Amino acid sequence: MTNELSPQYANELPMVVAKNVHKSFGHNEVLKGIDMEVPRGSVVSLLGASGSGKSTFLRCINSLEKIDGGRIWIDGELVGYKEKNGKLHDMTEAEITKQRIRTGMVFQQFNLFAHMTVLENIIEAPINVLGRTRKEAITRARELLERVGLASHHGHYPMQLSGGQQQRVAIARALAMDPEIMLFDEPTSALDPELVGEVLDVMRGLADSGMTMIVVTHEIGFAREVCDQVAFLHDGQVVEQGKPVDVIGNPQHERTQSFLSKVL
Amino acid sequence: MSTPNPRIDDLEKAAHGTGDIHSVPVRHPGQAVAGALIVVALGALIWSVITNDNIRWEIVFENLTGATILRGLGTTLLLTAIAMLIGLTLGVLLAIARLSKNRVMQTVSSGYIWLFRGTPLLVQLLLWFNLALFFPRLGFGELSVDTNVIITAFGAAILGLGLNEGAYMAEIVRGGIQSVNRGQIEAAAALGMRQRHVTWRIVLPQAMRVIIPPIGNNLITMLKMTSLVSVIAVPDLLNRAQAISAKNFYVFEMLIVATVWYLLMTTIFTIIQMQLEKRFDRGFSTTSPRVGKRLAKNLRPGRVTNTELLQVVQEKSKE
Ligand SMILES: Nc1ncnc2c1ncn2[C@@H]1O[C@H](COP(=O)(O)OP(=O)(O)OP(=O)(O)O)[C@@H](O)[C@H]1O
Ligand SMILES: [Mg+2]
Repeated sequence: MTNELSPQYANELPMVVAKNVHKSFGHNEVLKGIDMEVPRGSVVSLLGASGSGKSTFLRCINSLEKIDGGRIWIDGELVGYKEKNGKLHDMTEAEITKQRIRTGMVFQQFNLFAHMTVLENIIEAPINVLGRTRKEAITRARELLERVGLASHHGHYPMQLSGGQQQRVAIARALAMDPEIMLFDEPTSALDPELVGEVLDVMRGLADSGMTMIVVTHEIGFAREVCDQVAFLHDGQVVEQGKPVDVIGNPQHERTQSFLSKVL
Repeated sequence: MSTPNPRIDDLEKAAHGTGDIHSVPVRHPGQAVAGALIVVALGALIWSVITNDNIRWEIVFENLTGATILRGLGTTLLLTAIAMLIGLTLGVLLAIARLSKNRVMQTVSSGYIWLFRGTPLLVQLLLWFNLALFFPRLGFGELSVDTNVIITAFGAAILGLGLNEGAYMAEIVRGGIQSVNRGQIEAAAALGMRQRHVTWRIVLPQAMRVIIPPIGNNLITMLKMTSLVSVIAVPDLLNRAQAISAKNFYVFEMLIVATVWYLLMTTIFTIIQMQLEKRFDRGFSTTSPRVGKRLAKNLRPGRVTNTELLQVVQEKSKE
């Protein structure tokens, strides 16, 4: 396979392009050739049964996992590897972290730094990774907290917040790095039902602002209303991808049909 | 059931207007008896020591704050501090090495821990002290020095205690590091933080919470273990006490002097340890710092109750 992107992308290069992505853990092949394109400013939701490889694929996009076949590009830049004289070389830690700054990630378990206040959580990486001054970082953090509706909670520790509040802080923390793409891995699955809405609202606002987003979710309503595209993963492959009305409303693949009949 | 089921009205009636509960706590007679027995036995023991005509208490008091003993105490504290610092530094490095992906570092770390935990401290101290017998000069050719210049008795003590402590500390730090939630480490990586940054800013501060109690215990153990160095003629507290008794022959009295100081020091360290544990609990108890301060203030005259505290927390989370 070639590492050059086909000319059709010359004008509008998709933000993320995945071609034939493979990933195994030991003998367990989890991703079996994923193809996907995420256009700039679009919101794509990944659906699929447990174990189908949704998290793994998301984690490959920001190099939390290393792929062992195929290619992923972010904005035309190869992820995890660099090419020299037609040969692939592993990226160094410095190169990987530099690349990671372009993607923000939100996890199912929030993963806020437990020993830091909300504000400290948000300013840590901008100061120490981007080299912002403390003052700049704090100003930006306050804007973001305002945006996720938690302006008055800057001094709280994560333990003192509800799950929904923690997840909104986690979103603010990721946004503080000014990412070009946001990856969400089941951001509302660990929340009590009454707290899901507040997090989805923040995500909806983010989508409206033009952020490119990939969202693994079981919230079919969200996928239908907010997402531009839905991709259905089964056994490490994308078996169906398209507009929500088509994939959710009129699924073609038998696996998609049986999955949707269970969650709807 | 023989008794008729109470109706809900009855329950409401029973609960009505009863106000605060003043219930009779469960008694533990066994505890009280055991406690009394121990107090009596301990009292008798202390009494027999105090009233023992063979013990010259004036000798004890005279020497307790004597210059020689205080200098010995200083040496003991200095040894404890330096050995702990070396131990802690080594422990962190060894733990990081042990948990790294680098095979060489893993092996070096495991080997070190195996060696130093597998041999008695006293033997290690004697080995360091006698190093000069086997390696008269340290270094290579022109760049070497007389071993006895570096390995003084004090130097051997520091090396022996510090290097040994490092091996034990490594296991403690490793446990602490492993106790830190993996998700946070991934989140940090996803934010673009470098491994080193994640270790120092995210992992170690949280590991501290788990590490501090055992470090405190090790510190207290170390304070007591320093007494071993008296065998290699380091003038520590025990060594000085024995030196005095070698002259005045009040062996038991001088041992009491040392005992009093060791007890006092371990007690003070325990109190400091408790304070530190509170400090590193930040973010893990549901009370915010402000509430914490308020609690501390309130603890002095009348104590704030748990319910009041809960209210404060709830008010804050409503904001
Ligand atoms: N670090 C790992 N080591 C070994 N196997 C792994 C690892 N991570 C994931 N797997 C395996 O990969 C498969 C896919 O996991 P993945 O987490 O990507 O699924 P998922 O679609 O996100 O499922 P869920 O909806 O349960 O989150 C599973 O069989 C899992 O056991
Ligand atoms: Mg998953």
